[in-house]
Amino acid sequence: MAKMNYGKRKADLERRSVTGPDGEVFEVDPMKNYFCEAPPKVYKPSPLTPLEKFYNWCRAESIYILGFGTGCGAIEMRPLMSPMYDAYRYGVHWRPTPRQSTVFVIGGYASVKTIKRIIRSYEQMPGPKYVLAVCSCTINGGMYWDSYNTINRLDHYIPVDVYVTGCMPRPEALLDSVETLKKRIKEGRAEGQNKYAENFEWYKANQKQIIKDWDMPDYNW
Amino acid sequence: MEKVIENVQKKFSLSEVTSAHGYFITCEKKDAVSLVTYLKNVEGFKHLVLITAVDWIKDNKFQLTYLLNNPQMKKELGVRTYIERSVWPEESVMDSAHHLWPAAKTYQRELHEMFGIDFPDSPEVNEPLILEYWDDIPPYRKDFDTKQYSEDTYFPREGRETDDPATYMKEMLYPFEGEKNV
Repeated sequence: MAKMNYGKRKADLERRSVTGPDGEVFEVDPMKNYFCEAPPKVYKPSPLTPLEKFYNWCRAESIYILGFGTGCGAIEMRPLMSPMYDAYRYGVHWRPTPRQSTVFVIGGYASVKTIKRIIRSYEQMPGPKYVLAVCSCTINGGMYWDSYNTINRLDHYIPVDVYVTGCMPRPEALLDSVETLKKRIKEGRAEGQNKYAENFEWYKANQKQIIKDWDMPDYNW
Repeated sequence: MEKVIENVQKKFSLSEVTSAHGYFITCEKKDAVSLVTYLKNVEGFKHLVLITAVDWIKDNKFQLTYLLNNPQMKKELGVRTYIERSVWPEESVMDSAHHLWPAAKTYQRELHEMFGIDFPDSPEVNEPLILEYWDDIPPYRKDFDTKQYSEDTYFPREGRETDDPATYMKEMLYPFEGEKNV
């Protein structure tokens, strides 16, 4: 019989009383103390007034990418940082934490273990936020379409703004997708964040269907 | 290398010795860990390259392979053993080798997760390594239908076409030869 042991890990997340260095005893609830469980809000897109156009221009020209290489496609981001392609001249930067990023580049296949981290990182990113899905694995599973542990369609778990096809796409294709994203932001059509908030139950149901050790809050930011 | 195998044959009963693609020796299940211990302590096979398993579903057996490396001779030797293949959810049981190499612990965790082979004394063997909360047949077993599982679980995108490789080769790559054969 399968007798996997998850007791040690789960215990860290349970509510318990802790004795401090002064001998004081206090209650700790890690799931409540560190996370906000409120569901995401829908921000109604404003009409394209000159001020809103200016905001969108600012959003489009400062693409801050989360430096989280989730699959093999993440290797295509490295030449972009180098002087050969130099994505920095297009206003593209890489940031170390989700708190400072606006664009999430999903580089290729996402296993179940990775998609859990992807969802947590995506939810921690401040809005407005956009997702670039790179490689064919995020579109229809690619060469891992019949794998037991790799998702087939990324847009069932997080909203996707721009897809980049190819296995693997060249760095130029990634740069071109950034230009496409810029165009969409300036037109006010990159509404992935609102799509996520509107269909929150559907996304969560899909996520919970495959992530069997759901030991995180429903929404965290 | 032949000398090493001769020495081993004096002490253990080997059912098969092959040297076609590297040296592999096959022993009984109860001898496997003591044979590996002997190779490590006496013959100098100090480095464990990997432990892996093969599912021979028709023979109802798991084949375990311990691949060892001798850094001084610069030779590799594989020790094979066959254990009984249990029907899931029963787990096959094998003796642990973690006391010889700490790295064996990780391989045994993987085998427990992917094949359902239990190593009772191995530390942390019951904790998940890659699959978190897997509740189906271990995925590397041959009776696990990975395509069916993927279709049931991961929302396949419609419109994907797959070709039968044999007919595709005939139609696309060698059309003239295909006609000749008909």
